[in-house]
Amino acid sequence: MFYGISLTAILVALWLTLSGPFTLSGDYPIVMGLGVISIVATVALTYRMRIVDRETVPVGPALALFTYWGWLGGEIVKANLAVLRLVMKPEIEVEPRLVRVPADQRSGLGLCVFANSITLTPGTVTVDVEDDGFLVHALDNSFTDPAGFAEMGARSDIASDGKKASPTGRGDS
Amino acid sequence: MSAAEIFQHARDAISIGAMAVGLVFVIAGAIGVMRLPDFYTRMHAAGVTDTLGAELIIVGLIAQAGDWQTAVKLALVGLLLFLTSPTATHAIANAAHRAGQKPDLSHFKPKHPADAGSSEGQK
Repeated sequence: MFYGISLTAILVALWLTLSGPFTLSGDYPIVMGLGVISIVATVALTYRMRIVDRETVPVGPALALFTYWGWLGGEIVKANLAVLRLVMKPEIEVEPRLVRVPADQRSGLGLCVFANSITLTPGTVTVDVEDDGFLVHALDNSFTDPAGFAEMGARSDIASDGKKASPTGRGDS
Repeated sequence: MSAAEIFQHARDAISIGAMAVGLVFVIAGAIGVMRLPDFYTRMHAAGVTDTLGAELIIVGLIAQAGDWQTAVKLALVGLLLFLTSPTATHAIANAAHRAGQKPDLSHFKPKHPADAGSSEGQK
């Protein structure tokens, strides 16, 4: 129910932003009626598909995710400059590598955030998802620092599932 | 010079700066796609265009947006790019990997359990 109400609120805000009339004069009752109909239909359809949960409506970890995106933005800038330097050298000297990166995020959302973060950072692309990790293609040796991957993984886990309660408290993964 | 004029000039400066730097990254991505040796490495160069290039251009456009609705719409475009471009990149990479495209690994043999059994080398 909480997620349903959140989804409706988000949709209302989105619709008001994209096509928002803020008055009720003229033709606007019709436009606003169409907006209400489309929002109600969307919520009804998502309920019928039974996909209204914390993964499709991530309002709980929203703040943590935004904080994480801020940190990720800094990493992306650094990686972009590194790739730019490699590409602009007079001679192309890259050593592409395939590495396995262990992933122990607690939920599917955490795994998805981690894999997408790796791909979003230039120089590393998640090629395949395996049982307990990712197969990552890296443009050069300098991108395959295991400590960097570990930090990104820990941060994405905290961003999507909150702080770890106890060292043994691992849920579904 | 009034405060409004100063604000307008600051906005123009931010916009021009962000878009110029964004263009540098877009061009660098295009050059990288041309210069790098194989499919997987070229994908990394395309990632430069996807992330910093596109986002900086959107930041420059947001600084020029007249009203808040346009600014929020542009921010939504940026957010969608942020979320969908890694998905698309992963889809392309995964498709190539499954189709058997071998990455051109210069000095390094991957230690990978799935490859340990097969004797076919890289390249």
